[in-house]
Parts: sequence; C-alpha cells; structure tokens
Amino acid sequence: MSFISLLWVLLLGSLLGLELIGKVPPTLHTPLMSGANAISGITMLAALTLIVKAEGNMPLLIIGSVSLGFALFNVVGGFFVTDRMLAMFSRKPSNKK
Amino acid sequence: MNLPVIFKFVIDLLAVLLLALGIKGLSKVKSARDANRLAALAMLLSVIGLLSYYLGTSGIAIQSWIWIIIGSIIGSLFGAILAKKVPMTSMPETVALFNGCGGMSSLLVALGVAIFPISGGQENFDFFKSLINEVSISVSIFVGAITFTGSIVAMAKLQGWLSTPGWTQSKVRHFVNIVFAVASLIAFFDLINGNTSSIWLLVIISSLLGIGVTLPIGGADMPVVISLLNSYSGIAAAAAGFVVDSQLLIVAGAMVGAAGLILTQVMCKGMNRSLVSVLFGGSLSAQSTASSGSGEYTNITSCSVEECALTLEAANKVIIVPGYGLAVAQAQHTLREVTKKLEQNGIEVVYAIHPVAGRMPGHMNVLLAEADVPYEQLKEMDVVNPDFPATDVVLVLGANDVVNPQAKNDSSSPLYGMPVLDVQEARTVFVIKRGMSAGYSGIKNDLFDLPNTSMVFGDAKKVLNDLIGELKDLGVGEK
Repeated sequence: MSFISLLWVLLLGSLLGLELIGKVPPTLHTPLMSGANAISGITMLAALTLIVKAEGNMPLLIIGSVSLGFALFNVVGGFFVTDRMLAMFSRKPSNKK
Repeated sequence: MNLPVIFKFVIDLLAVLLLALGIKGLSKVKSARDANRLAALAMLLSVIGLLSYYLGTSGIAIQSWIWIIIGSIIGSLFGAILAKKVPMTSMPETVALFNGCGGMSSLLVALGVAIFPISGGQENFDFFKSLINEVSISVSIFVGAITFTGSIVAMAKLQGWLSTPGWTQSKVRHFVNIVFAVASLIAFFDLINGNTSSIWLLVIISSLLGIGVTLPIGGADMPVVISLLNSYSGIAAAAAGFVVDSQLLIVAGAMVGAAGLILTQVMCKGMNRSLVSVLFGGSLSAQSTASSGSGEYTNITSCSVEECALTLEAANKVIIVPGYGLAVAQAQHTLREVTKKLEQNGIEVVYAIHPVAGRMPGHMNVLLAEADVPYEQLKEMDVVNPDFPATDVVLVLGANDVVNPQAKNDSSSPLYGMPVLDVQEARTVFVIKRGMSAGYSGIKNDLFDLPNTSMVFGDAKKVLNDLIGELKDLGVGEK
C-alpha cells in the first residue's frame, strides 16, 4: 500500500466520521461515546499483526500480547457496557414486569 | 491477487461498512442496541479477516498462537467482568478506563515496532518509507500516551481518588504544560531524526502532558474531556494503522477520531461551553472561590417529610429533577415507587432532565430507565422549561447547579450563561439534600433562599422511603 493511498484512506475515513453523527439526543451521548470507544479498540489488529510477525522474538511477542490484552479489554468491556446501558432503554415486556 | 488477499479485502470492506452503520445507528434511540451489536460483529469479522489472511499467506507460528490466546483471554475476561460488575453510577469512569487501555494498546504496538523492527519491511531500505514509519510510530506513541494517562487521571478524579490540586488552577499549569508540550515536540523530532533513544523520553513526557492537561479539569467538564480523549484514542489507532500498514485500522481509527470530535462539540454546546474554555479555562469550582457570588444563606426554610407528602398529595402536576445525588444514593427505584403512588392518585408526573445532570450526559436517563421509568416521561430541558409555571410541586433530588437561578440572573456568577431548569417558577419547590453543602461547582445556590423553596434534609433514599410511608398513611395510591 503506498503512503499516498493510505493518506486518502485517512482523509475519507475522517470525512465519514464527521458525517456519521449529526443530531444526537443527549440520552445517547454516553452510550455513543462508549460504543465509539469500543471501536477505537480496533488497534487490536495492530497488536495481532505484531504477534504474527514477531517470528519467535520473545520480547516482541510479550509486548504484542500485552497490547492485545489492553485492546481486547477495551473492545469487549466497551461493547458489553454499551449494551448494558442500551438494554435499559428498550422497553420490552420481557424485561421484568 | 491471490485468494487470501481478495478474501481479506472483502472482509475489511464489509467491516468498514458495518462499523459506519454501527456508529450511525448508535445516534438513534430505536436502532442503538442493534447498532452496537453490529459494530461488535464488525470487529469480530476484522479479526477473522486478518488471521485468515496470515494463515493463507505466511502462516502463523504455534508460538504466536499461544501469545494471541493468552492476551485475548486475559483482556476479554477482565473487560467482560468489569463491564458486568460495575454499577451504573460509575459508567463515566468505566468508559474512561476502557478508553485509556485502548490508548495504551496503540502505544505498546508502536513501542514494539520501534524497538524491534518487524522483519520483512526493512530489506530494501527506502528513505521516504522509513521516514513515514518513524513519524507514524512517534504520533502513535505521543497520542497513545496522552490518551492513557489522561484517561486514567479522568477516571481517578471521577472516582474521587484524586482532587484538583491548587497549583493547577493558577497560571503555573499553562507554563508547565507548555514546557511538556515543547519537550515532547523535541523528543518527537529527535526520534524522527533517527535517535531511537529519545523514544523513552517521548513516552515519559507525553504521559506527563496527558496528566498535566487533564488534572486541572473538573466538574461538569469531565464528560467533555472523556469524549475528547475518546477521539484521541481513535487517532492513536489510526496512527498505529500507519505503523502496521493496515487500511482498516486507519479508516476505523479516523472514523472514531472524527466522530468523537463531533460528539465533544455537541456536548460542549449542551453546556454552553466552548472546547477552549473547557481545556484551558480551569474548572468552575476553582473560579468560584474568588467569585463575589458566594455568601451566606439568609432565608432557608426546612420542612419535614410529612409536610412534603401533604403538599404532594394536593398537587396536580409534579416535576422531578434528578441529579448526581440520586445516583449516589442509588435511590432511583425508591423514587419510582413514590411516583407510581402519585400517578395512581391521578397526579401528572414528569422528569426534567438537564443535559449535564449527573456526571455525564444521558447519565440520568440511563439511571431512570433502570428503574423502569417510561421513556416518554423524561423531558429534556427545552421541552420542560415552559411547563414550570403551571407546575404545583417540583422535587429536586440531589441536583444543585442545574437548578441555580444565578446562571440566568447574576452575570458575575461563574455559572452565568449555563442553561438551567427554571424550577423557581413552580408554586412549591422541595429540595431533598443531605446538607447545605454546595454543588459540584462549589457555588451558592440562590434557589434555596427563595420563599417558595423548602429544604428536606436527609439522604435521598431515606427521605424517599419516609415519603412512601407518609403517602401510604395519607392513603395516596391505594385503590
């Protein structure tokens, strides 16, 4: 991937992000923040790449693994917590009477 | 193009699409929960895509698998446990903690690549390419470290583990932060110049900068800071994407970074604050000590729970104003019982939600939804404000600054200009509060002095429990 095309990717991604959120009701500020926060844990892909490419380099494997742990803590915790918050908004009868 | 490459390309495209739909859906109440799951699915897909790509090309060594599994299990397990166990009242600090760990992850990846260059990339040395590599490593470390320490400080402050030190409210802090900023820039360029030893300098100074910037901020500004740090962690992820050459990472990171920035802006607007004043203005609480608006209360009326119950019984329309105190006392279920009784008696009950009630926007909505309060009864400030003059009783539960009339009347007040709920327009206002202590901003509340305001002192949960008893004695809500 050439650097220039990566820059294009960065630019388009940013524009997409700017456009995605228009008017958010205050109710959803916290869940939205928490959900977006979980997505930022996507850096787990970088950690995975690091581990795969480490080729037996022990310190690198450990750094990658710790990094992966931090990222997944962010991702898994983030999505669960967001779901917990949002579950409270759904008014389904199954939810306890 | 061979099969693994095409497969990964398709998966990545799909993941980006789902992530975008996820963020979009999260901004609407109806679709929010599904959108969150969609985003989670996209993340899972992206991992599958990446692993299958490596399996199909270079293969993944057993040793790598072991470390992948160790990291995944430990991280996911702790994340899931914390997410399940943490009480709803401490949501803001939990989000801050998760966010900080995301920043830490990007930081570690960049550190790893910097100290042990990944094989395969450096054979045909290309000056331009290595420059980009160094820049992206430096950015990733810089932003990642700020995100990590900033988030941890934010969490500690929200938990009450850290208070706002006095020096951070004076000009000293600008000086200190400028020194940190300049020093980190020097380390930054030194690192790009190829002086790898300055990497540790960059880590340390960026970390200090994260602390220095976050420490002075407090009060209602905290959520804005967390949202901003969330945006940073997206930027850190995008920078890590440049480090490991991953388009998906760059797109997702950029999306979160930009969306986080917009959300930060939206939050600032809700509080009538600018981002600049949040970041550099100092916290409200510190300014207020010097403000002339503070002073003694002269006309406090306190009343018993019984009187409160009697007034409530005679009312036609009641508005509840919840605040952080309600969250702390965990009194949302008790409150719901009280309002149920009132409703059974034909009294109209509405909840007035200030945009920054609690410690985070939406905090009160989440809390009340947990107690099964119907969503339609929660009214936003702009909707409910015209209703106050036609309201018989307002119950202020653990809210303070958001009902302070000073924000409207007193231009010398630090709160001046912040939109507030006009509770004083109602016929009677009951403020349920533990004592006469000031609110989060530390400013005297003129509402308490007004003739139509009565204070009911006590813990919110206890008072509400007593109120249920009194209402029962009056025969309210028993058909």
